[in-house]
Amino acid sequence: MTRYTGDKAAVAALVQGHQVHRDVYIDPEVYRLEMKHLFANAWIFVGHDSQTPNKGDYFTTMVGDQPVIQVRHTDGEIYVLYNRCPHKGTKLVIDRTGNTGKFFRCPYHAWSFKTDGCLLAIPLKKGYENTGFEQTDAGHGMKSVGAVMNYRGFIFCRLAEEGISFEDFFGGSLSSIDNMVDRSPAQRLEVAGPPLRYMHKCNWKMLVENQTDTCHPMVAHESSAGTAVRLWKELDMPEGTPLPPAMEIIAPFTSPYEFFENMGIRTWPNGHGHTGVHHSIHSNYTEIPGYLDKLSATHGEEKARAILGENRHNTVYFPNIMIKGPIQQLRVFIPLAADKTLVESYIYRLVDAPEELTARTAMYNRMINAPTSIVGHDDLEMYERAQEGLQADGMEWVNIQRLYDPDEDFEQESVLNGTTEKQMRNQFHAWVKFMTHDMPAREAAE
Amino acid sequence: MSVTKDDIIDFLYDEARMLDEGRYDDWLALWLKDGHYWMPLDYKQTDPLNVTSLMYEDIFMLKVRVERLNGARTFSQKPKSRCHHVLQRPWVDEIDLESGRIRTTTQMHYIETRLDEQMLLALTAQHDLALIDGRLRIANKRVDILNCDAAFGNIQLLP
Ligand code: FES
Ligand SMILES: [Fe+2]
Repeated sequence: MTRYTGDKAAVAALVQGHQVHRDVYIDPEVYRLEMKHLFANAWIFVGHDSQTPNKGDYFTTMVGDQPVIQVRHTDGEIYVLYNRCPHKGTKLVIDRTGNTGKFFRCPYHAWSFKTDGCLLAIPLKKGYENTGFEQTDAGHGMKSVGAVMNYRGFIFCRLAEEGISFEDFFGGSLSSIDNMVDRSPAQRLEVAGPPLRYMHKCNWKMLVENQTDTCHPMVAHESSAGTAVRLWKELDMPEGTPLPPAMEIIAPFTSPYEFFENMGIRTWPNGHGHTGVHHSIHSNYTEIPGYLDKLSATHGEEKARAILGENRHNTVYFPNIMIKGPIQQLRVFIPLAADKTLVESYIYRLVDAPEELTARTAMYNRMINAPTSIVGHDDLEMYERAQEGLQADGMEWVNIQRLYDPDEDFEQESVLNGTTEKQMRNQFHAWVKFMTHDMPAREAAE
Repeated sequence: MSVTKDDIIDFLYDEARMLDEGRYDDWLALWLKDGHYWMPLDYKQTDPLNVTSLMYEDIFMLKVRVERLNGARTFSQKPKSRCHHVLQRPWVDEIDLESGRIRTTTQMHYIETRLDEQMLLALTAQHDLALIDGRLRIANKRVDILNCDAAFGNIQLLP
């Protein structure tokens, strides 16, 4: 039985402003529609160009449920190709990164393709003469995604051939990527090592919503951050002892509600938004000697101070990544099933900045976002409990009503109290838009 | 002051037993103050600091980690996890009593379980030990997970 396929109105009815129906999290059919519509029509993060610095370098990942290859072609440009041999479907590469030289060669029957996807050679090609092969999809080589954008090193793609432009999709939200890249004196980031890979038995949207859920840290993370603060106090260090880096990172997780209320939340059209408009848990990190001078040499001191004064907490790029500008971290929430999500957490080095900044970022990543993290453990526990709890038939709706205004507008940028759930509503508003955009109305489908 | 190969091997078995039995105060007391517990993220990783690791913790953060396990609001430990180490006989790679430096390599299987889930990890633990006042202590410990680059769910206790 299909309840949603080909029924635009039924999909739109899953979101009611202040609440969303549980099927958005638990229904495999809704998940398949997300892969087909939302992840095809929106701009999706692929990777960073420093992951493929040289010609022939490739990196494999998923865009929604689609296996893709990010590869640097002989002309220096980055291409995003489906990871599928045009012949019989064999994945062309299966390692996560590597260098393929000037071409991909399929290990099954040795068809080969240039790194922009064009067919290069087929053994015994005359077997295809006069068969109409040139007119087939297979004859055209590897398939490219609909559109690719390299924005300051970050590679995004749109699977659909036609649709919203990159600029229209992201609009003002690109200021968070700008702030992250501007923090490098060379205006350039480089990926630092492989990502953490953390498997979650929950829907991908629970993770995305958590990024701007400012009412959970003091509750869910009391056990980790609260214990750290208590044990540090018990050490009874002399007045004025600077906090060690690990404490600087973890202690703000226990900040009281007012801290989060006052930090502010900004929303942008198309589901993007961020916490930490005025300050954030990243605001009070110790200055690294020499960094401001280096950054001032690039931007001038005034602009350098303004860049460092911006301490956005989590910026959600709808649908499925979050970045932390102040520490150069990016987390991608890769949907694997309605109830399964792979979270990969990357960190980047600020080119030409002191290496202590990378060390702090690496520490943040392992302390907060690793499968071994005492903070991550409690988050995952909550998501998995929610995934199981939503099976309960007693109630079918999930509430996202905090500071709800029935007349709220998602088409304009807005700045609100930091505990509003408007950013979650913003995401669902965009969810409906990109889910239904190319869906037929029910009448047309029948 | 001397130490035999058997003393060292017994010490490593005792350490694993403390972890399995949840005797964390005893376990923390094995460590030297400036020691680090390192669990790399990458196969054959050489740098603990400037790329991500799964863990790189000093004694203070290890103490936070084990204290948390017994907290009243430690939701991911309600109910608690249990763990089990199965050790292959450790290799004592180096005993230099002059400098007090002892290095060992131990391969083991680590099982962690909670509710209906059970996970098995294959580990290689490398210990730097020191002989202080006739007592063996852990100076540093590195734990490599065989499939360190795979995606894991929660690993909540100490492999
Ligand atoms: S499947 Fe790739 S060449 Fe045949
Ligand atoms: Fe959290």
